[in-house]
Amino acid sequence: MAERAVAYRIRGPLSELTLARIRELTREPEAVFWVFVFPILLTAILGLAFRSRPPDALPVAIVAGPHADARLAALSAGSDLEARVLSEEEARLALTRGRVVLVVSAGDTPSYAYDPTQPESRTARLAVDAALQRAAGRTDAFTAGRGEVTEPGARYVDFLVPGLLGMNLMGTGMWGIGFSLVVARNGNLLKRLVAAPVRRSHLLGAQLTSRLIFLIPEAGALLLFAYFALGVPLHGSVLLLIGISLLGALAFSGLGLLTAARPRTIEGVSGIMNLVMVPMWIFSGIFFSTERFPAGMQPFVQALPLTALNDALRGVMLEGTGLVPLLPELALLAAWGTVSFVLALKFFRWQ
Amino acid sequence: MTHVTHSSAPKNALQCNGLVKRYGDVAAVSGLDLDVRYGECFGLLGPNGAGKTTTVEIFEGLRVPDAGDVEVLGDRWRGDGLALRARLGIQLQETKFPEKLRVSEVVTLFRSFYPGGLGVGDVLSLVGLEEKAGAHVRTLSGGQKQRLSLGCALVGDPELLFLDEPTTGLDPQSRRQTWDIVEGLKTRGRTVLLTTHYMEEAARLCDRVAVVDHGKVIALGTPRELIASLGAEHVVEFAVGEVASAVIDDGVLRALPSVEDVARDGGSWRLTVREVHRAVPALLTALAERGAEPTDLSTHHATLEDVFMALTGRRLRDG
Repeated sequence: MAERAVAYRIRGPLSELTLARIRELTREPEAVFWVFVFPILLTAILGLAFRSRPPDALPVAIVAGPHADARLAALSAGSDLEARVLSEEEARLALTRGRVVLVVSAGDTPSYAYDPTQPESRTARLAVDAALQRAAGRTDAFTAGRGEVTEPGARYVDFLVPGLLGMNLMGTGMWGIGFSLVVARNGNLLKRLVAAPVRRSHLLGAQLTSRLIFLIPEAGALLLFAYFALGVPLHGSVLLLIGISLLGALAFSGLGLLTAARPRTIEGVSGIMNLVMVPMWIFSGIFFSTERFPAGMQPFVQALPLTALNDALRGVMLEGTGLVPLLPELALLAAWGTVSFVLALKFFRWQ
Repeated sequence: MTHVTHSSAPKNALQCNGLVKRYGDVAAVSGLDLDVRYGECFGLLGPNGAGKTTTVEIFEGLRVPDAGDVEVLGDRWRGDGLALRARLGIQLQETKFPEKLRVSEVVTLFRSFYPGGLGVGDVLSLVGLEEKAGAHVRTLSGGQKQRLSLGCALVGDPELLFLDEPTTGLDPQSRRQTWDIVEGLKTRGRTVLLTTHYMEEAARLCDRVAVVDHGKVIALGTPRELIASLGAEHVVEFAVGEVASAVIDDGVLRALPSVEDVARDGGSWRLTVREVHRAVPALLTALAERGAEPTDLSTHHATLEDVFMALTGRRLRDG
């Protein structure tokens, strides 16, 4: 049978396989949401919640009594405190419910009721005591100068964006590769492809290629949004940032491949994915610094690939770190990727 | 097309000797011999679990046999087998193609794997899916999905085509369409190996049939030869009540004119007979003499199903 004039264009197998993956993903609205929209949405919401603003005044209560008015005046003089007069019963309730952080008693010599484990309460105690002492006649020995730090790069949202980028690289790398492979295995498609004259390296290569192609809009959208809408800085080299993202995407693709090497069902692969990813969501410094974990846990925390990726991303974005100081992190990432890749190929179930 | 395979042209498209495949303690294939000639449509007929799929997957190079020898198009499975795969068309029992891809995209994808072959448009018209070219796989009916799978097996214009239960679960119309496609391939001189547990499918499509049970070939020949091996072309089936069945024995029935074989299953009998018009009146007389009233009396031309029952005592569909 002769080829028709209105022929369909046929590319090489690697291109066709990659194209099929890209078509599958872009035609899946849920996938587009999770890959592109969700990280931006999360960044926007967290940026809003932790936006820079004047510090809140600390709410304190004064128990009604002969000194109440004078004390109210004294505490209302500065902007640090927001004081109100309440009955003893109301004040106690307000304190236990957390509506105020400190209660000043009614006695001639005031006493302060507060929870010393709460930083806000301790701050309030210092401010209240200073204001009342000053009102009672104490004079300051000197007035200290002020140096306030609110410049871009030191805000929470600046800390957050590299972490979210790392989290996204992990999630899409693992799900993007793992999910599609297990679906293909479960539906006999993988077996059918293996039965066709196509190289196995092309089958897996297409997964990686489509993953790397997707990295461009995925990381790009998040970074552009963070840079232009939130003013998150990029102190280091753009090229290095791209390189780190690429390495991260490859490392987690390898991990995704390993996760999906054996399972036959979506339930099976989901369980393993969560087992691998949940510890990294908690320990790898996405939302808060890894230094919060005790020293004994640090070897484990620092060995995680996402910790290395997040540290490298924060280094280049927030501190302008160059390639050389980041080499240990990048080497760790490369090792994770290589080892997972080799193990995945060794144990891969093709049917 | 030229292929460097054997020094002399092989006689058979496919050949295997003493094939064995075990899964744990269970032998799925136990000593199977087979040869498929060039240009024929060969059927593996047998119940579910007979070892048909395992056998075919060994031929397809998807499984490695525990013992035995397989030669496909004069070649053996070794290395990545890509050169051999390029000459085969393979349809698995069930393949779920990506739901969001269009029909033409799936065929194009498979076409890209083969060095030569048919045009995508030609394949689509061959399997009757031209009008569905732009449709997502998700929107296809079961029969259309099966034809898409067949199209992907045909796109490399294979010398040897494997079809594993190509019509299982299809409605009668889709089944007929599939049969038409396979018959079209036969007229183009392609070699086809198909497995089925539908006797009418094997009888209609296959030049030769191997009846497989418990991983072995228990009968081999053209459908006509196999039916002729029963020694008679008709089957008479009847049932009688419980009381009456006690007074009938095989000897009485065997003695009836033109009866070749008698099989009993509870209160039901099957007689293999040469001539219905001689056997049935004699049967009715014999039953009446013993006061037995036959129920569900029926006759039909012997089929491959009857061959299978004569050989195993079981029906194909029972598994």
